[in-house]
Amino acid sequence: MDFSMNSIFLDANDETERLIAALKDAVAFKLKKRGAVVGVSGGIDSSVVLALCAKTFGPEKVLAVMMPEKDSSPESKELATALCEKFKVPYILEDITDAVNGFGCYHRRDEAVKRVFPEYDPKTYKMKIVLNSDKEAKGKLNLFYLTIIAQDGTQKSQRIPLAEYLQIVAASNFKQRSRTNMLYYHAEAKNYAVIGTGNKNEHEQGFFVKYGDGGADIKPIAHLFKTQVYQLAEFLGVPEEIIKRTPTTDTYSAEQTQEEFFYKMPFKIMDRIWDGWEKGFSSDVIAKVLGIPLAQVDVTINDIKQKIQTTEYLRQEPISLG
Amino acid sequence: MKIEIQYSEITKQFIIDNFLFGNGAKLDNDTPLFEKGIIDSTGVLELVAFVEDNFKVTVADEELVLENFSSLNAIEKFLQSKINQPVTN
Repeated sequence: MDFSMNSIFLDANDETERLIAALKDAVAFKLKKRGAVVGVSGGIDSSVVLALCAKTFGPEKVLAVMMPEKDSSPESKELATALCEKFKVPYILEDITDAVNGFGCYHRRDEAVKRVFPEYDPKTYKMKIVLNSDKEAKGKLNLFYLTIIAQDGTQKSQRIPLAEYLQIVAASNFKQRSRTNMLYYHAEAKNYAVIGTGNKNEHEQGFFVKYGDGGADIKPIAHLFKTQVYQLAEFLGVPEEIIKRTPTTDTYSAEQTQEEFFYKMPFKIMDRIWDGWEKGFSSDVIAKVLGIPLAQVDVTINDIKQKIQTTEYLRQEPISLG
Repeated sequence: MKIEIQYSEITKQFIIDNFLFGNGAKLDNDTPLFEKGIIDSTGVLELVAFVEDNFKVTVADEELVLENFSSLNAIEKFLQSKINQPVTN
């Protein structure tokens, strides 16, 4: 097994062929379904999964569902539409704003934000949650900060107290869980399978909502690093605008990259450190090959390990005590 | 007479009561709290809130590092150096 800057790359053709065969087999023989439903966001992961499904089942046996809500970027819908048209996949727009509003998603979230920042008004402020960055590689604990942004662009940021953090996250998770409900409505109405869109970074580090975006019948790219997802996107012909777009959470009202919310460093570095570590190479070798400081490698590996360990419950099936 | 406050003992009891439902058999002062899965992403928030409320300290952002919270011994060392105000009578 080798480790270099390029050892993370797959044979895109072989991997695509393997995934197509495995998807066909799983949907036909394990799930006994007649096609695939994919939630599309205009992001790279759902785009790759949609393209794969179109190749696997034929576009007429795939249904793409766009599920924006009032905090979603308008760009997401435009990109998702362009994607579906390119791969000739039928698509439906389901605005989930009223559904999540019915659950009290916005009200419950904003109530908690106001306890931290009393001046916060969702009509005039935007908000987001950001993970503390660790650019100096000091081994910072993973704690979240709440940021509010006024209309004139001024920002305030503060470490979130426990109760408010839990309430904001729990309220926001209505979005992902409502989307999964909607996907299963369409899947059951057509006797299709729900195909998940989480990649390895999300799946193993726990960057998903249990029974929300973590809920699916098959997770075809859950073993692929984000870097490899980009590689397949190029191979499958995903539109360039989607490939070039910075990955966002598209969850909070303020724009937020996945890097600032959760991963703390660029995928192209994190994925390669993770690849080297998984292949059993020492931190010294990884640092040398990638040309980065040893401390950065150690801190990154510890952060990945910590996230994998602390999110184990997300990947657990309900525990049977029988 | 100098009374040393055992921050680790008080914190240990908090962890046993709140995270382990009273079963502290596997928790020693050098147990790696994160590696052993005793503290997760929410647990770290609870732990920091407990330390701040109970010991009347404000943990600065730059102090929120693994080195200070990796075990009960690490917490003891961190708080002893941070507070450094022994009660004497």
